[in-house]
Amino acid sequence: MNCLAFVPTKNGQATKAGLEAVSYAQRCGATVTALVVGELNGDGGAGAAGASKVLHISDNLQDEGQIARVVAAAADAEGATLVVAPHDHIGRAVAPRVAVRMGAGMVPGVTGLLQGSEVKKNVFSGKAMAHVNIETDKKVVTTTPNAFGVASDGAAASVEAFSADAGEARLTVKGFEASSEDGSVPLPEAVRVVSAGRGLKGPEHWGIVEELAQAMQATTACSRPVSDMGWRPHHEHVGQTGITIRPDLYIAAGISGAIQHLAGVNQSKVIVAINTDPEAPFFKAADYGIVGDAFEVLPKLAAAMKTLG
Amino acid sequence: MKFLVCISKAPDTTSRIAFTEGDTQFDANGVQFIVNPYDEWYALVRALELKEQHGGSVTTITVGEADCDPVIRKALAIGADDAVRIDANPQDALHTASLIAHHAKQGGYDVVLCGKETIDHNGSVVGGMVAEMLNAAYISLATSLDLDGGKAQAKREASGGLEAVEATLPVVVSAAKGMAEQRIPNMRGIMAARTKPLNVVPAEGGVQATAVAKFELPPAKGDCKMVSADAPEELVRLLREEAKVL
Ligand SMILES: Cc1cc2nc3c(=O)[nH]c(=O)nc-3n(C[C@H](O)[C@H](O)[C@H](O)COP(=O)(O)OP(=O)(O)OC[C@H]3O[C@@H](n4cnc5c(N)ncnc54)[C@H](O)[C@@H]3O)c2cc1C
Ligand SMILES: Nc1ncnc2c1ncn2[C@@H]1O[C@H](COP(=O)(O)O)[C@@H](O)[C@H]1O
Repeated sequence: MNCLAFVPTKNGQATKAGLEAVSYAQRCGATVTALVVGELNGDGGAGAAGASKVLHISDNLQDEGQIARVVAAAADAEGATLVVAPHDHIGRAVAPRVAVRMGAGMVPGVTGLLQGSEVKKNVFSGKAMAHVNIETDKKVVTTTPNAFGVASDGAAASVEAFSADAGEARLTVKGFEASSEDGSVPLPEAVRVVSAGRGLKGPEHWGIVEELAQAMQATTACSRPVSDMGWRPHHEHVGQTGITIRPDLYIAAGISGAIQHLAGVNQSKVIVAINTDPEAPFFKAADYGIVGDAFEVLPKLAAAMKTLG
Repeated sequence: MKFLVCISKAPDTTSRIAFTEGDTQFDANGVQFIVNPYDEWYALVRALELKEQHGGSVTTITVGEADCDPVIRKALAIGADDAVRIDANPQDALHTASLIAHHAKQGGYDVVLCGKETIDHNGSVVGGMVAEMLNAAYISLATSLDLDGGKAQAKREASGGLEAVEATLPVVVSAAKGMAEQRIPNMRGIMAARTKPLNVVPAEGGVQATAVAKFELPPAKGDCKMVSADAPEELVRLLREEAKVL
Protein backbone atom coordinates (compact mmCIF):
# COMPACT_ATOMS: atom_id res chain seq x y z
CA MET A 1 0.00 0.00 0.00
CA ASN A 2 1.28 3.46 -0.90
CA CYS A 3 0.49 6.30 1.43
CA LEU A 4 0.80 10.02 1.05
CA ALA A 5 1.26 11.83 4.36
CA PHE A 6 0.55 15.56 4.42
CA VAL A 7 3.20 16.96 6.76
CA PRO A 8 2.87 20.55 8.04
CA THR A 9 6.15 22.27 8.85
CA LYS A 10 7.31 25.15 11.01
CA ASN A 11 10.56 26.92 10.08
CA GLY A 12 11.37 24.12 7.62
CA GLN A 13 10.98 21.30 10.18
CA ALA A 14 8.02 18.93 10.26
CA THR A 15 5.70 19.54 13.22
CA LYS A 16 5.37 16.77 15.79
CA ALA A 17 1.76 16.18 14.67
CA GLY A 18 3.03 15.90 11.08
CA LEU A 19 5.67 13.34 12.03
CA GLU A 20 3.04 11.37 13.94
CA ALA A 21 1.08 11.13 10.70
CA VAL A 22 4.14 9.73 8.91
CA SER A 23 4.92 7.17 11.62
CA TYR A 24 1.26 6.20 11.79
CA ALA A 25 1.17 5.44 8.06
CA GLN A 26 4.33 3.40 8.30
CA ARG A 27 2.94 1.39 11.21
CA CYS A 28 -0.15 0.69 9.09
CA GLY A 29 2.23 -1.10 6.74
CA ALA A 30 2.38 1.53 4.03
CA THR A 31 5.27 2.84 1.96
CA VAL A 32 5.13 6.49 2.90
CA THR A 33 5.72 9.55 0.77
CA ALA A 34 5.58 12.79 2.72
CA LEU A 35 4.27 15.95 1.10
CA VAL A 36 5.61 19.27 2.36
CA VAL A 37 4.35 22.68 1.23
CA GLY A 38 6.53 25.75 1.78
CA GLU A 39 9.84 26.10 3.61
CA LEU A 40 11.76 22.82 4.11
CA ASN A 41 15.19 22.10 5.56
CA GLY A 42 16.71 18.79 4.45
CA ASP A 43 13.94 16.20 4.66
CA GLY A 44 12.38 18.09 7.57
CA GLY A 45 12.71 15.01 9.79
CA ALA A 46 10.24 12.96 7.74
CA GLY A 47 12.78 10.23 6.88
CA ALA A 48 13.57 9.37 10.49
CA ALA A 49 9.83 9.17 11.20
CA GLY A 50 9.32 6.61 8.42
CA ALA A 51 8.97 8.36 5.05
CA SER A 52 10.97 6.95 2.17
CA LYS A 53 10.55 10.03 0.02
CA VAL A 54 9.56 13.66 0.43
CA LEU A 55 7.71 15.59 -2.25
CA HIS A 56 8.31 19.28 -1.83
CA ILE A 57 6.22 22.14 -3.12
CA SER A 58 8.22 25.30 -2.62
CA ASP A 59 5.27 27.67 -3.16
CA ASN A 60 4.05 28.87 0.19
CA LEU A 61 0.39 28.01 -0.44
CA GLN A 62 -1.91 29.43 2.25
CA ASP A 63 -5.36 28.48 1.00
CA GLU A 64 -6.10 24.93 2.15
CA GLY A 65 -8.24 24.54 -0.95
CA GLN A 66 -5.04 24.88 -2.97
CA ILE A 67 -3.11 22.62 -0.62
CA ALA A 68 -5.85 19.99 -0.98
CA ARG A 69 -5.51 20.12 -4.75
CA VAL A 70 -1.77 19.46 -4.64
CA VAL A 71 -2.16 16.75 -1.99
CA ALA A 72 -4.73 14.96 -4.15
CA ALA A 73 -2.51 15.37 -7.24
CA ALA A 74 0.50 13.99 -5.36
CA ALA A 75 -1.53 11.06 -4.04
CA ASP A 76 -2.55 10.33 -7.60
CA ALA A 77 1.01 10.60 -8.92
CA GLU A 78 2.26 8.24 -6.20
CA GLY A 79 -0.55 5.76 -6.63
CA ALA A 80 -1.43 6.30 -2.96
CA THR A 81 -4.61 4.66 -1.74
CA LEU A 82 -4.20 6.13 1.74
CA VAL A 83 -3.76 9.80 2.65
CA VAL A 84 -2.86 10.62 6.23
CA ALA A 85 -2.80 14.12 7.76
CA PRO A 86 -2.66 15.26 11.37
CA HIS A 87 -5.97 16.19 13.02
CA ASP A 88 -4.58 19.63 13.82
CA HIS A 89 -5.78 23.05 12.66
CA ILE A 90 -4.32 22.61 9.16
CA GLY A 91 -5.18 18.96 8.66
CA ARG A 92 -8.81 19.64 9.62
CA ALA A 93 -9.02 22.18 6.79
CA VAL A 94 -7.09 20.15 4.21
CA ALA A 95 -8.15 16.52 4.69
CA PRO A 96 -11.94 16.83 4.18
CA ARG A 97 -11.31 18.63 0.91
CA VAL A 98 -8.82 15.97 -0.19
CA ALA A 99 -11.37 13.26 0.59
CA VAL A 100 -13.97 14.96 -1.61
CA ARG A 101 -11.48 15.48 -4.45
CA MET A 102 -10.34 11.86 -4.33
CA GLY A 103 -13.78 10.37 -3.80
CA ALA A 104 -12.32 8.76 -0.68
CA GLY A 105 -14.04 7.81 2.53
CA MET A 106 -12.61 9.72 5.46
CA VAL A 107 -12.29 9.10 9.19
CA PRO A 108 -11.08 12.09 11.24
CA GLY A 109 -9.14 11.91 14.49
CA VAL A 110 -8.29 8.23 14.46
CA THR A 111 -6.87 6.61 17.60
CA GLY A 112 -6.00 3.19 16.18
CA LEU A 113 -4.15 1.79 13.18
CA LEU A 114 -5.99 1.17 9.92
CA GLN A 115 -6.67 -2.57 9.85
CA GLY A 116 -7.99 -3.65 6.49
CA SER A 117 -10.69 -1.08 5.93
CA GLU A 118 -11.48 -0.53 9.60
CA VAL A 119 -10.15 2.15 11.91
CA LYS A 120 -10.98 3.28 15.43
CA LYS A 121 -11.85 6.80 16.56
CA ASN A 122 -13.18 8.41 19.71
CA VAL A 123 -16.78 9.61 19.68
CA PHE A 124 -19.10 11.27 22.20
CA SER A 125 -16.22 13.44 23.42
CA GLY A 126 -14.16 10.46 24.49
CA LYS A 127 -17.01 8.61 26.21
CA ALA A 128 -17.01 5.87 23.55
CA MET A 129 -15.05 4.57 20.57
CA ALA A 130 -16.34 3.73 17.12
CA HIS A 131 -14.87 1.17 14.73
CA VAL A 132 -15.50 2.71 11.35
CA ASN A 133 -15.42 0.85 8.07
CA ILE A 134 -14.20 2.86 5.09
CA GLU A 135 -16.08 1.53 2.10
CA THR A 136 -14.02 3.13 -0.68
CA ASP A 137 -10.69 1.88 -2.08
CA LYS A 138 -9.08 5.25 -1.45
CA LYS A 139 -9.02 6.30 2.18
CA VAL A 140 -8.26 9.48 4.11
CA VAL A 141 -7.60 9.56 7.85
CA THR A 142 -6.39 12.27 10.23
CA THR A 143 -4.37 11.27 13.29
CA THR A 144 -5.25 12.52 16.77
CA PRO A 145 -2.28 14.55 18.04
CA ASN A 146 -0.28 12.86 20.80
CA ALA A 147 -2.08 9.52 20.27
CA PHE A 148 0.77 7.87 18.37
CA GLY A 149 4.49 8.07 18.91
CA VAL A 150 7.00 9.36 16.40
CA ALA A 151 9.49 6.81 15.08
CA SER A 152 13.08 8.02 14.90
CA ASP A 153 14.95 5.08 13.42
CA GLY A 154 14.35 5.73 9.72
CA ALA A 155 16.99 6.83 7.22
CA ALA A 156 17.04 10.31 5.69
CA ALA A 157 14.53 10.53 2.86
CA SER A 158 15.21 11.75 -0.66
CA VAL A 159 13.57 15.07 -1.48
CA GLU A 160 11.99 15.70 -4.88
CA ALA A 161 10.43 18.90 -6.12
CA PHE A 162 6.76 18.48 -6.98
CA SER A 163 4.38 20.78 -8.75
CA ALA A 164 0.73 20.61 -9.62
CA ASP A 165 -1.98 23.06 -10.60
CA ALA A 166 -3.12 24.52 -7.28
CA GLY A 167 -5.89 26.64 -8.77
CA GLU A 168 -6.86 30.06 -7.58
CA ALA A 169 -6.20 31.36 -4.04
CA ARG A 170 -9.40 32.40 -2.29
CA LEU A 171 -7.88 32.81 1.15
CA THR A 172 -4.79 34.68 2.27
CA VAL A 173 -3.11 34.89 5.66
CA LYS A 174 -2.77 38.48 6.86
CA GLY A 175 -1.07 38.11 10.21
CA PHE A 176 -0.44 36.08 13.33
CA GLU A 177 -1.01 36.84 17.01
CA ALA A 178 0.95 34.61 19.36
CA SER A 179 -1.14 33.64 22.37
CA SER A 180 1.73 32.70 24.61
CA GLU A 181 4.65 35.11 24.88
CA ASP A 182 6.54 32.53 26.89
CA GLY A 183 6.73 30.12 23.94
CA SER A 184 5.17 27.23 25.86
CA VAL A 185 3.76 24.33 23.83
CA PRO A 186 0.23 25.09 22.51
CA LEU A 187 -2.49 23.19 24.42
CA PRO A 188 -3.64 20.81 21.66
CA GLU A 189 -0.04 19.60 21.28
CA ALA A 190 0.95 19.70 24.95
CA VAL A 191 2.31 16.57 26.61
CA ARG A 192 1.81 17.97 30.13
CA VAL A 193 -0.91 20.34 31.25
CA VAL A 194 -1.56 22.05 34.60
CA SER A 195 -5.07 23.43 34.89
CA ALA A 196 -7.01 25.31 37.53
CA GLY A 197 -10.59 26.33 38.18
CA ARG A 198 -12.79 28.53 40.29
CA GLY A 199 -11.29 26.98 43.42
CA LEU A 200 -8.32 29.32 42.92
CA LYS A 201 -10.68 32.20 43.83
CA GLY A 202 -9.13 34.94 41.66
CA PRO A 203 -6.68 35.72 38.87
CA GLU A 204 -4.16 37.06 41.37
CA HIS A 205 -3.58 33.52 42.61
CA TRP A 206 -2.40 32.00 39.31
CA GLY A 207 1.28 32.44 40.22
CA ILE A 208 1.28 29.04 41.97
CA VAL A 209 -0.29 27.41 38.90
CA GLU A 210 2.31 28.91 36.59
CA GLU A 211 5.11 27.97 38.97
CA LEU A 212 4.07 24.32 38.93
CA ALA A 213 3.65 24.37 35.15
CA GLN A 214 7.11 25.82 34.77
CA ALA A 215 8.66 23.29 37.15
CA MET A 216 7.36 20.44 34.99
CA GLN A 217 7.50 22.06 31.52
CA ALA A 218 3.73 22.01 31.25
CA THR A 219 1.23 24.27 29.49
CA THR A 220 -1.45 26.00 31.59
CA ALA A 221 -5.19 25.56 31.07
CA CYS A 222 -8.38 26.49 32.94
CA SER A 223 -12.07 25.70 33.34
CA ARG A 224 -14.71 27.65 31.47
CA PRO A 225 -15.95 29.97 34.24
CA VAL A 226 -12.36 31.03 34.81
CA SER A 227 -11.98 32.20 31.21
CA ASP A 228 -15.54 33.59 31.11
CA MET A 229 -14.77 35.79 34.11
CA GLY A 230 -11.62 36.98 32.42
CA TRP A 231 -9.30 35.52 35.05
CA ARG A 232 -7.42 33.73 32.28
CA PRO A 233 -7.26 34.14 28.49
CA HIS A 234 -9.86 32.34 26.36
CA HIS A 235 -7.33 30.12 24.63
CA GLU A 236 -6.71 28.33 27.94
CA HIS A 237 -10.32 27.14 28.25
CA VAL A 238 -10.57 23.36 27.90
CA GLY A 239 -13.75 21.31 27.73
CA GLN A 240 -16.74 20.66 25.59
CA THR A 241 -16.97 24.23 24.34
CA GLY A 242 -13.24 24.99 24.51
CA ILE A 243 -10.21 23.02 23.48
CA THR A 244 -9.91 19.24 23.57
CA ILE A 245 -6.56 18.06 24.87
CA ARG A 246 -4.85 14.72 25.10
CA PRO A 247 -1.68 15.13 27.14
CA ASP A 248 0.22 12.36 28.88
CA LEU A 249 -0.41 14.10 32.19
CA TYR A 250 -3.25 16.45 33.19
CA ILE A 251 -3.19 18.03 36.65
CA ALA A 252 -6.42 19.79 37.66
CA ALA A 253 -6.55 21.92 40.81
CA GLY A 254 -9.72 23.52 42.17
CA ILE A 255 -11.86 22.19 39.31
CA SER A 256 -14.99 20.29 40.29
CA GLY A 257 -14.91 17.93 37.30
CA ALA A 258 -18.23 18.76 35.62
CA ILE A 259 -19.03 16.51 32.70
CA GLN A 260 -18.58 19.37 30.19
CA HIS A 261 -15.10 19.96 31.53
CA LEU A 262 -14.22 16.27 31.46
CA ALA A 263 -15.35 16.05 27.83
CA GLY A 264 -12.28 18.05 26.84
CA VAL A 265 -9.73 16.32 29.05
CA ASN A 266 -10.81 12.72 29.60
CA GLN A 267 -8.56 11.44 26.83
CA SER A 268 -5.49 12.41 28.85
CA LYS A 269 -3.35 9.36 29.63
CA VAL A 270 -3.05 10.17 33.34
CA ILE A 271 -5.22 12.58 35.33
CA VAL A 272 -4.43 14.05 38.75
CA ALA A 273 -7.15 15.90 40.67
CA ILE A 274 -6.48 18.24 43.58
CA ASN A 275 -9.56 19.41 45.44
CA THR A 276 -10.57 20.34 49.00
CA ASP A 277 -13.81 18.41 48.59
CA PRO A 278 -13.34 14.62 48.81
CA GLU A 279 -16.70 14.24 47.03
CA ALA A 280 -15.65 16.31 43.98
CA PRO A 281 -16.68 14.44 40.81
CA PHE A 282 -13.19 14.87 39.36
CA PHE A 283 -11.90 12.10 41.66
CA LYS A 284 -14.10 9.62 39.76
CA ALA A 285 -12.34 10.50 36.51
CA ALA A 286 -8.84 10.81 37.95
CA ASP A 287 -6.03 8.27 38.30
CA TYR A 288 -4.44 10.03 41.26
CA GLY A 289 -6.01 12.39 43.75
CA ILE A 290 -5.05 14.70 46.57
CA VAL A 291 -7.72 15.98 48.92
CA GLY A 292 -6.27 19.28 49.97
CA ASP A 293 -6.03 23.01 49.55
CA ALA A 294 -4.54 23.99 46.21
CA PHE A 295 -2.88 26.98 47.86
CA GLU A 296 -0.78 24.60 49.93
CA VAL A 297 -0.48 21.61 47.60
CA LEU A 298 0.58 23.38 44.39
CA PRO A 299 3.72 25.09 45.80
CA LYS A 300 4.78 21.84 47.52
CA LEU A 301 4.20 19.88 44.35
CA ALA A 302 6.21 22.44 42.35
CA ALA A 303 9.08 22.04 44.81
CA ALA A 304 8.93 18.25 44.50
CA MET A 305 8.88 18.49 40.69
CA LYS A 306 11.94 20.75 40.72
CA THR A 307 13.98 18.07 42.48
CA LEU A 308 13.40 15.88 39.40
CA GLY A 309 15.61 18.23 37.40
CA MET B 1 -26.17 38.89 2.47
CA LYS B 2 -27.56 35.37 2.59
CA PHE B 3 -26.39 33.27 5.49
CA LEU B 4 -26.81 29.52 5.78
CA VAL B 5 -26.13 27.99 9.20
CA CYS B 6 -25.64 24.22 9.55
CA ILE B 7 -27.43 23.03 12.67
CA SER B 8 -27.12 19.51 14.00
CA LYS B 9 -28.70 17.88 16.99
CA ALA B 10 -26.48 16.33 19.62
CA PRO B 11 -27.11 14.42 22.81
CA ASP B 12 -26.91 16.64 25.89
CA THR B 13 -23.44 16.16 27.39
CA THR B 14 -24.83 14.74 30.58
CA SER B 15 -26.48 11.86 28.66
CA ARG B 16 -25.68 8.30 29.48
CA ILE B 17 -23.84 6.86 26.48
CA ALA B 18 -25.04 3.35 25.61
CA PHE B 19 -25.55 1.29 22.48
CA THR B 20 -28.09 -1.20 21.15
CA GLU B 21 -28.44 -3.76 18.35
CA GLY B 22 -25.15 -5.46 19.01
CA ASP B 23 -23.39 -2.16 19.76
CA THR B 24 -24.08 -0.81 16.29
CA GLN B 25 -26.62 1.91 17.18
CA PHE B 26 -26.60 4.75 19.70
CA ASP B 27 -29.25 4.14 22.35
CA ALA B 28 -31.31 7.33 22.20
CA ASN B 29 -33.71 6.05 24.84
CA GLY B 30 -34.23 8.75 27.45
CA VAL B 31 -31.59 10.98 25.87
CA GLN B 32 -32.23 14.71 25.76
CA PHE B 33 -31.13 16.27 22.46
CA ILE B 34 -29.79 19.81 22.23
CA VAL B 35 -28.52 22.01 19.43
CA ASN B 36 -24.85 21.15 18.97
CA PRO B 37 -23.23 23.89 21.15
CA TYR B 38 -20.75 25.15 18.53
CA ASP B 39 -23.58 25.51 16.00
CA GLU B 40 -25.87 27.33 18.40
CA TRP B 41 -23.58 29.50 20.51
CA TYR B 42 -21.10 30.53 17.89
CA ALA B 43 -22.18 29.88 14.28
CA LEU B 44 -25.84 30.85 14.56
CA VAL B 45 -25.36 33.84 16.84
CA ARG B 46 -22.58 35.31 14.69
CA ALA B 47 -24.75 34.90 11.57
CA LEU B 48 -27.54 36.81 13.34
CA GLU B 49 -25.14 39.58 14.40
CA LEU B 50 -23.79 39.90 10.86
CA LYS B 51 -27.32 40.04 9.47
CA GLU B 52 -28.14 42.81 11.96
CA GLN B 53 -25.08 44.69 10.61
CA HIS B 54 -25.36 44.04 6.88
CA GLY B 55 -29.00 43.07 6.32
CA GLY B 56 -30.06 39.87 4.58
CA SER B 57 -31.42 36.60 5.89
CA VAL B 58 -30.34 33.69 8.06
CA THR B 59 -31.51 30.23 7.03
CA THR B 60 -30.65 27.13 9.00
CA ILE B 61 -30.10 23.73 7.43
CA THR B 62 -30.26 20.36 9.12
CA VAL B 63 -29.84 16.89 7.72
CA GLY B 64 -32.05 14.71 9.85
CA GLU B 65 -35.41 13.17 10.49
CA ALA B 66 -38.47 14.64 12.21
CA ASP B 67 -36.90 14.16 15.65
CA CYS B 68 -34.65 17.14 14.78
CA ASP B 69 -37.58 19.56 14.65
CA PRO B 70 -37.38 20.66 18.32
CA VAL B 71 -33.75 21.73 17.99
CA ILE B 72 -34.55 23.47 14.68
CA ARG B 73 -37.37 25.38 16.43
CA LYS B 74 -34.86 26.42 19.09
CA ALA B 75 -32.61 27.87 16.37
CA LEU B 76 -35.61 29.74 14.96
CA ALA B 77 -36.47 31.01 18.45
CA ILE B 78 -32.94 32.38 18.80
CA GLY B 79 -33.56 34.38 15.65
CA ALA B 80 -33.06 32.50 12.37
CA ASP B 81 -35.56 33.55 9.67
CA ASP B 82 -36.38 30.15 8.25
CA ALA B 83 -35.16 26.58 8.31
CA VAL B 84 -34.56 23.75 5.89
CA ARG B 85 -34.55 20.14 7.01
CA ILE B 86 -33.27 17.61 4.53
CA ASP B 87 -35.23 14.54 5.36
CA ALA B 88 -32.59 11.84 5.74
CA ASN B 89 -30.87 9.96 8.50
CA PRO B 90 -27.26 11.20 8.17
CA GLN B 91 -24.94 8.25 7.57
CA ASP B 92 -21.54 9.93 7.66
CA ALA B 93 -19.90 13.32 7.12
CA LEU B 94 -19.75 12.89 3.33
CA HIS B 95 -23.46 12.06 3.24
CA THR B 96 -24.34 15.10 5.35
CA ALA B 97 -21.99 17.40 3.42
CA SER B 98 -23.20 16.29 0.00
CA LEU B 99 -26.82 16.92 0.96
CA ILE B 100 -26.01 20.35 2.43
CA ALA B 101 -23.88 21.28 -0.60
CA HIS B 102 -26.63 20.21 -2.99
CA HIS B 103 -29.04 22.60 -1.29
CA ALA B 104 -26.47 25.40 -0.84
CA LYS B 105 -25.57 25.40 -4.55
CA GLN B 106 -29.13 26.31 -5.43
CA GLY B 107 -29.54 28.85 -2.65
CA GLY B 108 -26.82 31.32 -3.64
CA TYR B 109 -25.57 31.82 -0.10
CA ASP B 110 -22.73 34.25 0.59
CA VAL B 111 -21.68 32.73 3.89
CA VAL B 112 -22.20 29.15 5.10
CA LEU B 113 -21.46 28.71 8.79
CA CYS B 114 -21.10 25.47 10.69
CA GLY B 115 -19.77 24.52 14.11
CA LYS B 116 -16.19 23.48 14.85
CA GLU B 117 -17.40 19.93 15.40
CA THR B 118 -20.37 17.91 16.57
CA ILE B 119 -20.02 16.71 20.15
CA ASP B 120 -21.18 13.20 19.24
CA HIS B 121 -19.16 12.45 16.08
CA ASN B 122 -16.27 14.80 16.93
CA GLY B 123 -15.52 15.00 13.24
CA SER B 124 -14.68 18.57 12.28
CA VAL B 125 -15.18 17.42 8.70
CA VAL B 126 -18.54 18.49 7.30
CA GLY B 127 -17.58 22.18 6.76
CA GLY B 128 -14.43 21.40 4.80
CA MET B 129 -16.30 18.93 2.61
CA VAL B 130 -19.07 21.43 1.90
CA ALA B 131 -16.46 24.06 0.97
CA GLU B 132 -14.79 21.70 -1.49
CA MET B 133 -18.13 20.76 -3.04
CA LEU B 134 -19.03 24.46 -3.42
CA ASN B 135 -15.54 25.27 -4.67
CA ALA B 136 -15.46 27.96 -1.97
CA ALA B 137 -12.90 29.22 0.52
CA TYR B 138 -13.01 27.56 3.94
CA ILE B 139 -12.04 29.27 7.17
CA SER B 140 -11.81 26.53 9.74
CA LEU B 141 -11.80 26.98 13.52
CA ALA B 142 -12.63 30.68 13.21
CA THR B 143 -12.78 32.68 16.44
CA SER B 144 -14.03 35.89 14.79
CA LEU B 145 -15.75 36.78 11.52
CA ASP B 146 -16.43 40.11 9.81
CA LEU B 147 -17.60 40.99 6.32
CA ASP B 148 -16.42 43.89 4.23
CA GLY B 149 -16.84 44.54 0.52
CA GLY B 150 -17.21 41.01 -0.80
CA LYS B 151 -14.56 39.69 1.56
CA ALA B 152 -14.62 37.84 4.85
CA GLN B 153 -12.09 38.73 7.51
CA ALA B 154 -11.53 36.26 10.28
CA LYS B 155 -9.22 35.06 12.97
CA ARG B 156 -8.71 31.36 13.29
CA GLU B 157 -6.97 28.96 15.64
CA ALA B 158 -3.41 28.15 14.66
CA SER B 159 -0.50 26.55 16.44
CA GLY B 160 0.32 28.79 19.43
CA GLY B 161 -1.97 31.65 18.53
CA LEU B 162 -4.48 33.14 16.14
CA GLU B 163 -4.02 33.69 12.43
CA ALA B 164 -5.76 36.61 10.68
CA VAL B 165 -7.09 35.58 7.28
CA GLU B 166 -9.07 37.12 4.46
CA ALA B 167 -11.21 35.14 2.04
CA THR B 168 -13.36 35.96 -0.96
CA LEU B 169 -17.10 35.23 -0.82
CA PRO B 170 -18.78 32.82 -0.94
CA VAL B 171 -17.09 31.33 2.09
CA VAL B 172 -17.65 28.40 4.44
CA VAL B 173 -16.69 29.05 8.06
CA SER B 174 -16.43 26.66 11.00
CA ALA B 175 -17.07 28.48 14.27
CA ALA B 176 -15.00 27.97 17.41
CA LYS B 177 -15.21 29.62 20.80
CA GLY B 178 -14.80 33.38 20.76
CA MET B 179 -16.88 34.08 17.68
CA ALA B 180 -19.99 35.14 19.62
CA GLU B 181 -21.73 34.96 22.97
CA GLN B 182 -24.58 32.56 23.62
CA ARG B 183 -28.08 34.08 23.17
CA ILE B 184 -30.96 32.83 25.28
CA PRO B 185 -34.23 32.84 23.31
CA ASN B 186 -36.89 35.13 24.80
CA MET B 187 -40.65 34.52 24.96
CA ARG B 188 -41.30 36.55 21.81
CA GLY B 189 -38.70 34.55 19.92
CA ILE B 190 -40.19 31.27 21.08
CA MET B 191 -43.68 32.36 20.02
CA ALA B 192 -42.45 33.63 16.64
CA ALA B 193 -40.53 30.39 16.01
CA ARG B 194 -43.79 28.44 15.94
CA THR B 195 -44.90 30.15 12.75
CA LYS B 196 -41.57 30.56 10.97
CA PRO B 197 -41.13 28.32 7.91
CA LEU B 198 -39.50 24.93 8.49
CA ASN B 199 -39.22 23.47 5.01
CA VAL B 200 -38.78 19.74 4.85
CA VAL B 201 -37.19 18.70 1.56
CA PRO B 202 -36.44 15.22 0.24
CA ALA B 203 -32.82 14.06 0.23
CA GLU B 204 -31.10 14.53 -3.11
CA GLY B 205 -27.51 14.00 -4.12
CA GLY B 206 -26.34 12.25 -0.94
CA VAL B 207 -23.43 9.81 -1.00
CA GLN B 208 -21.92 7.84 1.84
CA ALA B 209 -18.43 6.36 2.13
CA THR B 210 -18.04 5.11 5.69
CA ALA B 211 -20.16 3.16 8.18
CA VAL B 212 -19.79 2.47 11.87
CA ALA B 213 -19.17 -1.25 12.29
CA LYS B 214 -19.34 -1.22 16.05
CA PHE B 215 -19.28 1.08 19.06
CA GLU B 216 -17.29 0.26 22.14
CA LEU B 217 -17.24 1.77 25.62
CA PRO B 218 -13.82 2.55 27.08
CA PRO B 219 -12.54 0.05 29.65
CA ALA B 220 -13.83 0.80 33.16
CA LYS B 221 -11.58 3.20 34.95
CA GLY B 222 -9.54 1.90 37.83
CA ASP B 223 -9.92 3.51 41.22
CA CYS B 224 -8.40 6.88 41.87
CA LYS B 225 -5.31 6.40 44.00
CA MET B 226 -5.31 8.92 46.85
CA VAL B 227 -2.11 10.56 48.00
CA SER B 228 -1.73 12.58 51.21
CA ALA B 229 -1.70 16.36 50.83
CA ASP B 230 1.48 16.40 52.92
CA ALA B 231 3.38 14.05 50.60
CA PRO B 232 3.48 15.58 47.12
CA GLU B 233 6.87 13.92 46.59
CA GLU B 234 5.00 10.61 46.79
CA LEU B 235 2.74 11.75 43.93
CA VAL B 236 5.80 12.70 41.88
CA ARG B 237 7.29 9.27 42.55
CA LEU B 238 4.08 7.51 41.46
CA LEU B 239 3.80 9.62 38.32
CA ARG B 240 7.35 8.73 37.43
CA GLU B 241 7.65 5.10 38.45
CA GLU B 242 4.10 3.75 38.21
CA ALA B 243 2.35 5.91 35.61
CA LYS B 244 5.61 6.64 33.79
CA VAL B 245 4.53 10.09 32.60
CA LEU B 246 7.39 12.15 34.08
C1 LIG C 1 -23.40 23.36 27.50
C2 LIG C 1 -22.31 23.59 28.51
C3 LIG C 1 -20.98 23.59 28.09
C4 LIG C 1 -19.94 23.76 29.01
N1 LIG C 1 -18.65 23.71 28.57
C5 LIG C 1 -17.65 23.75 29.49
C6 LIG C 1 -16.28 23.61 29.09
O1 LIG C 1 -15.99 23.51 27.89
N2 LIG C 1 -15.33 23.62 30.04
C7 LIG C 1 -15.60 23.77 31.37
O2 LIG C 1 -14.66 23.76 32.19
N3 LIG C 1 -16.87 23.93 31.77
C8 LIG C 1 -17.90 23.93 30.87
N4 LIG C 1 -19.17 24.10 31.31
C9 LIG C 1 -19.40 24.46 32.72
C10 LIG C 1 -19.35 23.27 33.67
O3 LIG C 1 -20.63 22.68 33.73
C11 LIG C 1 -18.93 23.71 35.08
O4 LIG C 1 -19.82 24.71 35.53
C12 LIG C 1 -17.51 24.25 35.18
O5 LIG C 1 -16.60 23.34 34.58
C13 LIG C 1 -17.14 24.47 36.62
O6 LIG C 1 -15.88 25.10 36.71
P1 LIG C 1 -14.96 24.91 37.99
O7 LIG C 1 -14.77 23.47 38.26
O8 LIG C 1 -13.74 25.75 37.79
O9 LIG C 1 -15.80 25.62 39.15
P2 LIG C 1 -16.69 24.99 40.31
O10 LIG C 1 -17.69 24.05 39.81
O11 LIG C 1 -17.13 26.16 41.11
O12 LIG C 1 -15.67 24.13 41.15
C14 LIG C 1 -14.64 24.67 41.95
C15 LIG C 1 -14.00 23.48 42.65
O13 LIG C 1 -12.87 23.94 43.40
C16 LIG C 1 -12.85 23.26 44.67
N5 LIG C 1 -12.09 24.14 45.58
C17 LIG C 1 -12.52 25.25 46.22
N6 LIG C 1 -11.51 25.80 46.92
C18 LIG C 1 -10.42 25.02 46.73
C19 LIG C 1 -9.07 25.06 47.18
N7 LIG C 1 -8.62 26.05 47.98
N8 LIG C 1 -8.24 24.09 46.78
C20 LIG C 1 -8.66 23.07 45.96
N9 LIG C 1 -9.92 23.00 45.51
C21 LIG C 1 -10.79 23.96 45.87
C22 LIG C 1 -14.30 23.07 45.02
O14 LIG C 1 -14.45 21.98 45.92
C23 LIG C 1 -14.92 22.77 43.65
O15 LIG C 1 -14.89 21.37 43.37
C24 LIG C 1 -20.24 23.96 30.39
C25 LIG C 1 -21.58 23.98 30.81
C26 LIG C 1 -22.60 23.81 29.90
C27 LIG C 1 -24.02 23.81 30.39
N1 LIG D 1 -26.75 16.34 10.31
C1 LIG D 1 -26.30 17.60 10.18
N2 LIG D 1 -27.10 18.58 9.72
C2 LIG D 1 -26.66 19.85 9.58
N3 LIG D 1 -25.42 20.23 9.88
C3 LIG D 1 -24.56 19.30 10.35
C4 LIG D 1 -24.94 17.94 10.53
N4 LIG D 1 -23.88 17.25 11.00
C5 LIG D 1 -22.87 18.15 11.12
N5 LIG D 1 -23.28 19.39 10.73
C6 LIG D 1 -22.49 20.65 10.76
O1 LIG D 1 -21.12 20.37 10.56
C7 LIG D 1 -20.36 20.73 11.71
C8 LIG D 1 -19.22 19.77 11.90
O2 LIG D 1 -19.72 18.46 12.10
P1 LIG D 1 -18.78 17.16 12.21
O3 LIG D 1 -17.94 17.15 10.98
O4 LIG D 1 -19.73 16.02 12.31
O5 LIG D 1 -17.97 17.36 13.47
C9 LIG D 1 -21.36 20.80 12.83
O6 LIG D 1 -20.93 21.65 13.87
C10 LIG D 1 -22.61 21.30 12.13
O7 LIG D 1 -22.58 22.71 11.96
